[in-house]
Amino acid sequence: MGEITLSTLEVGKWGSVGEIALTGSIRRRLQELGFVRGTPVQSLYDAPSGSPRAFGIRGAVIALRRSDCAMISVTPWQREDI
Amino acid sequence: MKPAETEREIVVALVGNPNVGKSTLFNALTGLHQHTGNWPGKTVEVAQGTYRYKGRSYVLVDLPGTYSLLSQSEEERIAAEFLLSKKADCTLILGDATCLARNLTLALQVMQMTDHCVLCVNLLDEARRRHIDVDLRMLSNRLGVPVVGTSASRGAGLDHVKEAIRNMAEGFSVSHPLHVLEEGEAAYAGTAEHVSDRVATRFVHRAEEIASAVVQGDVVPRMGWLDRITLGRWSGRFLMVALLLLVFWLTMFGANIPSQWLEAAFAELGTLLARGARELSLPGWLSGILLDGAYETATQVVAVMLPPMAIFFPLFSLLEDLGYLPRAAFLMDHSFAKCGGCGKQVLTMAMGFGCNAAGVTGCRIIASPRERLIAILTNALVPCNGRFPAMIVLISLFFSQNGFLAAEILTAFVLLSVWMTLMASAVLSKTAVRKQSSHMVLEIPPFRKPRVGRILLRSLLDRTAKITARAISVAAPAGMVIWVLEHWEVGGASVLAHVAAALEPVGAFLGMSGVILAAFLLSFPANELLLPMVVTLLNGAAHLAEEAGSGLAALLFANGWTWKTALCTILFLMFHWPCATTCLTIRKETGSWRWTLVAMAVPTTIGMALCALVARI
Repeated sequence: MGEITLSTLEVGKWGSVGEIALTGSIRRRLQELGFVRGTPVQSLYDAPSGSPRAFGIRGAVIALRRSDCAMISVTPWQREDI
Repeated sequence: MKPAETEREIVVALVGNPNVGKSTLFNALTGLHQHTGNWPGKTVEVAQGTYRYKGRSYVLVDLPGTYSLLSQSEEERIAAEFLLSKKADCTLILGDATCLARNLTLALQVMQMTDHCVLCVNLLDEARRRHIDVDLRMLSNRLGVPVVGTSASRGAGLDHVKEAIRNMAEGFSVSHPLHVLEEGEAAYAGTAEHVSDRVATRFVHRAEEIASAVVQGDVVPRMGWLDRITLGRWSGRFLMVALLLLVFWLTMFGANIPSQWLEAAFAELGTLLARGARELSLPGWLSGILLDGAYETATQVVAVMLPPMAIFFPLFSLLEDLGYLPRAAFLMDHSFAKCGGCGKQVLTMAMGFGCNAAGVTGCRIIASPRERLIAILTNALVPCNGRFPAMIVLISLFFSQNGFLAAEILTAFVLLSVWMTLMASAVLSKTAVRKQSSHMVLEIPPFRKPRVGRILLRSLLDRTAKITARAISVAAPAGMVIWVLEHWEVGGASVLAHVAAALEPVGAFLGMSGVILAAFLLSFPANELLLPMVVTLLNGAAHLAEEAGSGLAALLFANGWTWKTALCTILFLMFHWPCATTCLTIRKETGSWRWTLVAMAVPTTIGMALCALVARI
């Protein structure tokens, strides 16, 4: 399975963070929270309206707006328990 | 060592990510020996506390929680500048055992700036529950700085922290902090904007590398039943509204009785003071200005304002400590984003219900400057504790005597104010506030058991006492001015009466009267003054304190008040210029008088439009 973005990573599924197509302070902030290439990330839950989405990354829960999620590519893992 | 040197206080800077228990550790170390102060050259307030250990005094400076020292947010700038100023003898870096990798990113950045640091790994108990094990000794070896472990909420490990700080500050322990950047590269410090992406990622990667070596176990966050309920599609929204209503209900009905006690006590004291003034044979105008002016007004404000705040702020802090507030922001972000705002605006709005000045200050939690400005400009659209009492009195006099129905009417007004906030945010984001792309990164911390005793004490001391002091300092002089205006007769009537007469046409157009409008102008120092002011103006020389109850109803009806007058007054009370304290706070937070004027114009325009509309029906 190829790369998708965080906005389409199904709830409960894991993936590895890829490219971040955002610039400026948000990019830096995301990097500090662990959104760098290769970090495992799990989609945890969505807000009632579908945005923001919450992700588990490096032991913490981080919520991002769907529009920002669409700028972060992710490679989904094939099996759920690796 | 010279005696003077022994006496000097040791300054310890406390840095750490948000939500790692920084304030818990701060409170555990310093107890109640705390105050907020400005460091020279900085206008931002930083909490400081002191403690004694082995014969020396330590000043602990609680720097704002940050994820890094490299970005451009306000908090990070403050923290970085403080560390670079070398004011601290030792820097205590606080990390969270449950997500160590992220905390190490900050730790490595601090170590790049200063050699004298100690890493404290907190939340070890929580980590143990989640079967996460951190090898502190290996961590210390890798980093080259002392590492201590704590569970600050249970008070475990505090002595180790104090000892490690002492050893570092006195030069007893050696530290060779690991530097991620070489000498030449390290020149980044202070010029945050120029840090390249690569430098930032190097900190992240190195932190990741170290964490994976020292942490054993599964660091996957789990969703508990509380998460499911508070974030569920329907249960989440329902719970949010229910919590909001519960907080209001507890605040308003819980505050009634202590308010009456305070009023009675102040009246008693006032009589004593008046007797004292007579015995000193003070001239009538002087005792008038001091007692009927300053004292009456200030005590009136305190009696109405203090009890609700003393209930509201601890409740708010409780939700904060529990970890609920970010979840409310999560649920609401989409609605606010559609209106050009940020989900965190829910939190500042909720604080605004307590006090708009506190809400405006709270807007610092919003990272995007544009969304922060919108939140500041619209904060006064929700009625604060200073306005609720008058709204309740008017509702019960003119609309419903039935407590339950009155509460529902009040809720409807509250919902109107929330809706107005959204609408005004939408309009502002399309007009006055320049459009920039905006993002939101929101951390949702795990639920934690709140420490009730601490919360009560801290929120009483911090927020409540501070706001009350500010209100008194505004209300007392205002009371003097008003007394003078009231007693200074020109052409057979007081100046105040002339003002009211001049405002009559505008007041009538807005469905109110000149007297009410004059009262609004005069209650600029504090909204609590509105009803007492109306009474004063209608009664002439009557006392400010004679307000609530049937006497008020008779007075208002005798002066031609109808339900329409009351409705317009309530609407204008909800939507008019913010009080003086809030205006000054807005000026301070935005750094601009222009935005302060906008913040005054927005609610006033809405209020005038609504009132004119109601008056035409």
